[in-house]
Amino acid sequence: MLKDITLGQYYPRDSVIHRLDPRTKLVGTLVFLLSLFLFRSFACCLVATLFLGAVIRASKVPFGFMVRGLRSIMVLLAITMFFNLLLTPGIPVLRIWKLTVTREGILQALFMAIRLIYLIIGSTVMTLTTTPNHLTDGMEKGLAPLNRLHVPVHEVSMMMSIALRFIPILMEETDKIMKAQMARGADFESGGLIKKAKNLVPLLVPLFVSAFRRANDLALAMEARGYRGGQGRTKMKPLIYQKRDYGAYLILAGYLVCICAAGILSPL
Amino acid sequence: MSIKIEHVSYSYGQGTAYEKKALDDISLEIPQGQFVGIIGHTGSGKSTLIQHLNGLMRASSGKIYFHGEDIYREGYDMRALRSKVGLVFQYPEHQLFEVDVFSDVCFGPRNLGLPPEEVEARAREALDQVGLGEPYYKKSPFELSGGQKRRAAIAGILAMHPEVLILDEPTAGLDPRGRDEILDQVAALQKERGMTVLLVSHSMEDVARYVERIVVMDDGRIRFDGTPKKVFAHYRELEEIGLGAPQTVYVLRGLAEKGFPVNTEATTVEEARDAILEALGRRNVC
Repeated sequence: MLKDITLGQYYPRDSVIHRLDPRTKLVGTLVFLLSLFLFRSFACCLVATLFLGAVIRASKVPFGFMVRGLRSIMVLLAITMFFNLLLTPGIPVLRIWKLTVTREGILQALFMAIRLIYLIIGSTVMTLTTTPNHLTDGMEKGLAPLNRLHVPVHEVSMMMSIALRFIPILMEETDKIMKAQMARGADFESGGLIKKAKNLVPLLVPLFVSAFRRANDLALAMEARGYRGGQGRTKMKPLIYQKRDYGAYLILAGYLVCICAAGILSPL
Repeated sequence: MSIKIEHVSYSYGQGTAYEKKALDDISLEIPQGQFVGIIGHTGSGKSTLIQHLNGLMRASSGKIYFHGEDIYREGYDMRALRSKVGLVFQYPEHQLFEVDVFSDVCFGPRNLGLPPEEVEARAREALDQVGLGEPYYKKSPFELSGGQKRRAAIAGILAMHPEVLILDEPTAGLDPRGRDEILDQVAALQKERGMTVLLVSHSMEDVARYVERIVVMDDGRIRFDGTPKKVFAHYRELEEIGLGAPQTVYVLRGLAEKGFPVNTEATTVEEARDAILEALGRRNVC
């Protein structure tokens, strides 16, 4: 159950996409996600599919991993499609009892589904090819101008990277605690809602105790090594744009032009 | 015989980039009442193996029998199995959660559906067996010292009256005295109750004094399986896999190599002393 979460799981490979500057990937993902909401025609859809397909191919991550993240939105997807299908006004195509399916509804539902699926796959590509540390590094550097507005960019990104770092640790810890309690006859599956919630106490108490203990240890370790926030802090590996990043930006711009052109030339 | 493992294999993270074979074709039989030490360094698969014995992990292939019954059979009662095969994990922090030690120990027997009087009687008995007396009953488990926490955790399992007791690194992080106390108590329990005990450890010294059989694991496989004397005779191979034998084995072997007529089979300090005295006596006679 816990193993199904792909979002935020790095897949180590040596590819162009992996080597890109995290800022490039962040901007790229953002642009791609926004472009999904611009398009309204099959031509746009084709352009986006080609782009996404090329990126996935270049990332050398098995396609199965991208799709794994989709399992969690299956229900959402089904509901969205269902309502779009039935509640969009337009030319009726099919009529079952009191429900009418329209031509517009079918298209709307289809585009919505494609959008949602690409949304998840698009962001999964980024998290699969970028380590969490790189990601927060990129965010810190990319948002650095906000520092002038007194936004604590460094602190926020540090908190984010710590939080990300702790997800696998706490998941493993949860697994261990669950096992330790199951060895004492605890039952996490059966029973009604109240009983189930009550059964979680033996899991949550040790988990919280351990999380606080770890947080405390980490804070001490950071202080012991002289950490005192972002001021005057330098990096061992500062982020610098390479040739390939400029190339990536060019391709991204090309993609944006293509999809806009497709949108204008064939408005459905 | 109480536990039988046949050709069990297990891989972590199947179908992902991080797939790793943790157990590789393990076969093992553990008769009732035996005191077994399972030894291997970190990552050798010993913790994975013991979690299979009470059904917390499911083998990728192979079969496990408890009292001759296949535990992977459809409809097998895993919860009953877990009450009979008691597993104490390495970190007591993972299982202590109640407001006081006494209620925490009650958690296991209460899950068995026993009447309250029986639950309390068992908790008292278990706490007594691990040497935590009345004054500790109302203490918060989080106030205890490392050794006391571990005792409380062991009591939590003992209160379920398991037939097999599995201890995962019960002495990690304890000082020598705490270590000896816990192991002495476990050894006494094993004798009194005729319980099967599996002691998982990476320390040969710990295990050598107590167990009657040692199973050495390396890289998901069983490398050696036999009495301590037999296993320690392979001390050179043991060194290769990063384990080594107790100091006494080295002392006796060293003496023998220098031409001292000593019996090199001894494993505990007492046996080694007797062996050396015997050899000295023999020489004196000459």
